[in-house]
Amino acid sequence: MNERQPAGSDFLRWGKRLLWANMIFSFLFLYLPIVILVAFSFNDSKLGARWVGFTTQWYVSMAQSEAILTAMENSLIVALASTIIATILGTMTAMAMERFRFPFQRTYDGILYLPVIIPDIVMAISLLAFFSLLLGGVNNLLGLEGNAALRPGLVTVIIAHVAFNISFVAIVVRTSLGELDPGLEEAAQDLGANEWTTFRRVTLPLIMPGILGGALLAFTLSLDDFVITFFTTGPGGTTLPIEVFGRIRRAISPEINAISTAMLLVSMILVIVSQLVQRRTAALSSNSVQETQ
Amino acid sequence: MAATFDVELRTVTKHFGSFTAVKDVSLGIRQGEFFSLLGPSGCGKTTNLRMIAGFELPTSGSILLGGKDVSQLPPFKRNVNTVFQNYALFPHLSVSDNVAFGLEMKGIDKAEIAKRVKETLEMVRLPDSGKKKPNQLSGGQRQRIALARAIVNRPQVLLLDEPLGALDLKLRKAMQLELKELQRQLAITFVFVTHDQEEALVMSDRIGVMDHGVLRQVGTPAAIYDRPADRFVADFIGDTNFLPCRVVDHRNGTAHVQVAGLTMSASSDQTLTDNSSAYLAIRPEKVQLYGPDTPHNPNEERFAGVIVETVFMGTDTRYVVELAEDIQIVVRQQNRNIASTRFALGQTVDVGWETVFARVLVS
Ligand SMILES: Nc1ncnc2c1ncn2[C@@H]1O[C@H](COP(=O)(O)OP(=O)(O)OP(=O)(O)O)[C@@H](O)[C@H]1O
Ligand SMILES: [Mg+2]
Repeated sequence: MNERQPAGSDFLRWGKRLLWANMIFSFLFLYLPIVILVAFSFNDSKLGARWVGFTTQWYVSMAQSEAILTAMENSLIVALASTIIATILGTMTAMAMERFRFPFQRTYDGILYLPVIIPDIVMAISLLAFFSLLLGGVNNLLGLEGNAALRPGLVTVIIAHVAFNISFVAIVVRTSLGELDPGLEEAAQDLGANEWTTFRRVTLPLIMPGILGGALLAFTLSLDDFVITFFTTGPGGTTLPIEVFGRIRRAISPEINAISTAMLLVSMILVIVSQLVQRRTAALSSNSVQETQ
Repeated sequence: MAATFDVELRTVTKHFGSFTAVKDVSLGIRQGEFFSLLGPSGCGKTTNLRMIAGFELPTSGSILLGGKDVSQLPPFKRNVNTVFQNYALFPHLSVSDNVAFGLEMKGIDKAEIAKRVKETLEMVRLPDSGKKKPNQLSGGQRQRIALARAIVNRPQVLLLDEPLGALDLKLRKAMQLELKELQRQLAITFVFVTHDQEEALVMSDRIGVMDHGVLRQVGTPAAIYDRPADRFVADFIGDTNFLPCRVVDHRNGTAHVQVAGLTMSASSDQTLTDNSSAYLAIRPEKVQLYGPDTPHNPNEERFAGVIVETVFMGTDTRYVVELAEDIQIVVRQQNRNIASTRFALGQTVDVGWETVFARVLVS
């Protein structure tokens, strides 16, 4: 950085070079597999170990595969439904945690963070156990048998995704609620707005970036999820990650590269959108900092 | 009786846990009055205001607005508006929408709202700011918008919590006069919180002085300044000499006290006990310095002393005169005479004051 360094700074120079090398290595390590994946999705070879030529045929066959399209549709249905439900419930939870005082609040606080920190596999197995008990019980009670019996499927997957997404949404929304000046809500009430109007006209618009951020996170997590879906799904409930996994077990086909590249594209778009949302949040909160000066 | 007050607090107490923020405050504020709550930081001014607005409920006692008990009503059902210390403008709304907020809540139609918002923005002299967002305004402009957002509703009572606290001195002085003028025009009752005694003296019709949650004295600025009810008030507002003394006798609010062998006359509103110790309080500018051989004024008492300190302060000079060992009194004299006739260090002088300005304060 400084050209007039003392003579004995070899050590520093080497340190800097090492840091650079480390950075380049990390980037390669992170992104090389992805670059290879994207490249080979355009490779005109069924085996995929060697570059043969450019083609888009894998994308075409992907778009023509009934199974893949259904899986995509299922993934979108699960992601959308679980995001909407989890965003509403998560926001309500965050409001309750931030604005009210109730018994065992701290315990509840801890429980809320649990789905974030416990391993997916534990969550998945517990949900599996829960659904078998529930569905078994209902089937028994109503005397449903054979084809009429309730089975796991899209609905159980959606419920499972809602279960882990509520926590993520609640945590994100709580952060923006915590940054909201409670004086603004008081000002609204002072001007004649009742609790509901205050929420609608003041609280909600100001925490909207947080809610959108939470929803995007939930959407991404739901699209990505494999483990929990795998354990809670059933006939007719195949999502894209499950479909990909099924195909890999049979044979590695370049179509998988194409599907993965498509998923990568969707994820990247979501990340960019959430970055934009966050920038808006930052702009708003810098306003409120000035406000209190 | 009750309806003669716009705002009335009856034996209001507020606890936060085991802490008492406001203790047994009773107070009546008249319609159209500019009333200030004055006191040091943490004395409970904001808590009092928040109870009137409805953000805090009193632990005991009741609050009346226009003679009606509103103690249990939520803020949005009380006909008062607040100008918050940090302004609390809605950052996501334009200035116009901020000002329109209260009128919209009342369900007034759009054209009428637009008209009143425009009028009010003109009143606070920011007619062209309507489209801006609050973060595009300066501190002084935000203060005016916060004021506009409150007065546009023509509330029965306007509560102001140190609204000028964040402004620089010059702007603050200008806003003091403007605010006072606005209050006269609107004839709305103002309850104004400040810890700045000068601001309270300049602006108020009456002042309530608070300390540690207790309302110590209520009165006009002149009454509070000239006849402070207790030592705290005398000390908090303006400068005061406190001379330790012993009460010799007292009758009908006039007392004789002994200050280090000198007998002085003074007035008092407090309950005095003969032979008890107290303080004689006298403000520096009420004391007159005399050279030798000046004729005596019959309303005055005079005592001889030696000037031990002089400080030139521009419009006036501050002298410290020693009346007896360990008894010193600060005197302020306007610099009306040319420098040569002023009093010099070490000079023997007489100090004198009209006995009505000397107060005996036990506590
Ligand atoms: N919500 C609360 N919980 C606990 N204590 C409180 C609360 N609000 C105020 N207090 C305490 O009550 C006392 C009075 O507070 P208040 O805000 O009324 O003071 P103030 O006179 O407005 O002071 P300042 O001039 O600093 O604004 C303070 O000691 C404060 O710590
Ligand atoms: Mg305060």
